[in-house]
Formats: sequence, structure tokens, C-alpha cells
Amino acid sequence: MVHLTADEKAAVTALWGKVNVDEVGGEALGRLLVVYPWTQRFFDSFGDLSSPDAVMGNAKVKAHGKKVLNSFSDGLKNLDNLKGTFAKLSELHCDKLHVDPENFKLLGNVLVCVLAHHFGKQFTPQGQGAFQKVVAGVANALAHKYH
Amino acid sequence: MVLSPADKTNVKTTWDKLGGHAGEYGGEALERTFTSFPTTKTYFPHFDLSPGSAQVKAHGKKVADALTTAVAHLDDLPGALSTLSDLHAYKLRVDPVNFKLLSHCLLVTLACHHPAEFTPAVHASLDKFFSAVSTVLTSKYR
Repeated sequence: MVHLTADEKAAVTALWGKVNVDEVGGEALGRLLVVYPWTQRFFDSFGDLSSPDAVMGNAKVKAHGKKVLNSFSDGLKNLDNLKGTFAKLSELHCDKLHVDPENFKLLGNVLVCVLAHHFGKQFTPQGQGAFQKVVAGVANALAHKYH
Repeated sequence: MVLSPADKTNVKTTWDKLGGHAGEYGGEALERTFTSFPTTKTYFPHFDLSPGSAQVKAHGKKVADALTTAVAHLDDLPGALSTLSDLHAYKLRVDPVNFKLLSHCLLVTLACHHPAEFTPAVHASLDKFFSAVSTVLTSKYR
């Protein structure tokens, strides 16, 4: 369970309200594939991932990033029950997608970098702290059903 | 993991653009590390870790100066960081996991202050650079 103080919840809600979830999703997934190229192993069908420009401009990356982040956004509405919220997705990532949960941590940290990039000084240490708790909670929830 | 010529160029170019703020960013990165990852505070029981702490700022400058040295010696990080490597191995003995935490917060700090520079390619190069520095600093641990 994620334990956010009232101030942290407010910080997360306020910041997330200003996020263009579709765009940030594509940006975060794209940067994951550029910064940690071994993560491309899950996306053989996505076409050209041969350069940072190719990755960031890739339509399938953008579409999938949007999907992932909309799902993450749902998590934000259920911080008190992340394990329940992500139970089915956890099973999917283990049984069908075979994704090492380490990748959830990598994506979470890339997302934090993207938020920092967008919000600049508004992304205060306290705001970052709140988001780090959230991304860690989501990563744990997604790993919870692994066996 | 090896720094390519393009990585080295990205790191040098970005570091040059910090405009003398590197020390300040070092302090901010430390503050972010302590706030986001409270276990890192265990290495600083002797510090005042409250916001704006002069000790944290001074330590941040020390860290930044070491990184600036590293940037100037990208072709020989083990050589340039040898003394610091000894220090971390034999005296400080900071658990290796913590280098990743500080590296992440350095990236976050740079992303906040230099959005134009923080392209995906530069993000990748900086991540590799911090990883290479971390590897050198933990290389004599055992």
C-alpha cells in the first residue's frame, strides 16, 4: 500500500491535473526505449527503433505509451488499492507478456524524469518524493501476482 | 557499458552549459535524494538535513566538482577518480544501490533546470555517464 500524506496526495493530484497523459505516455515509453535499449526486446513488432528520433517519432510507441499511461492514471485514482487495481494487469505481464518487473521500476523513474522535464522548478523535491512513492507502488502492484 | 564518442560529446556539451550552477545542482540533487529516498539519510547522521542546509549545499558542491573532474577525463575515469574510489571503498562504504538513487536525482535536477538540453539522446548519455562514474566509485569494494 502506498502511504502518501495529505500534502503529498494534493501535490500528486495538482501536478497530474496539468499532465497531457497521452503525450507524456509516448514521451516516457520512448525515453525508456532510448535510455535503456534492452527494453526494446518487448517491442519487435514496433518497426523502426534504430535511433532516438526514430523511437520518439514512432507511431506505435506513442500509441502504446498512451495506453500505458492511461492505465497508470487509473492507478492514481485508487492509491489505497493499487494491488487490486492492477491485479489483472499483473497477471497479464507475468503470464502472457513475460516482462521482468525491473522494467516497471525503470519506466517509473523515466516518467519522473519526463515530469521534471515538463514542469521544471514546479517539480519540487517534495513533489518528486510523492511521485517516487506512487511509481514504486504501481511497480510493486504490477509485480504482485508474479509467480 | 562504454561511453561512445557521441555520449562523451553529449556529456561535455551539456556540462559546459550548466553555467557555473553545477554546485547548486549538486546540492539540489542531494536534497531530492534525501527527500525521495529517506534511507540515503543514514549516511549523514552528522549533517543537518533540513531544507536549505548549508552542509548539504557544501556537500553538493563537492559532488559536483568531482563530476566536473570526471567530465574532463572521460577517457580515463578510473584514473581521474582513483582517490575517490579508494575513499568510497575503504572509508565511506556507501552501499552500491545508493549511487543509482543519486544518479537518478541528478538526472531529475538537470531535466528541471535545462529542459532544452535534456533531449532523449542526452538523457541516455548522462545516465550512462553517471553509471560509469558509479561503477568506478564502487570498483574497489571487494
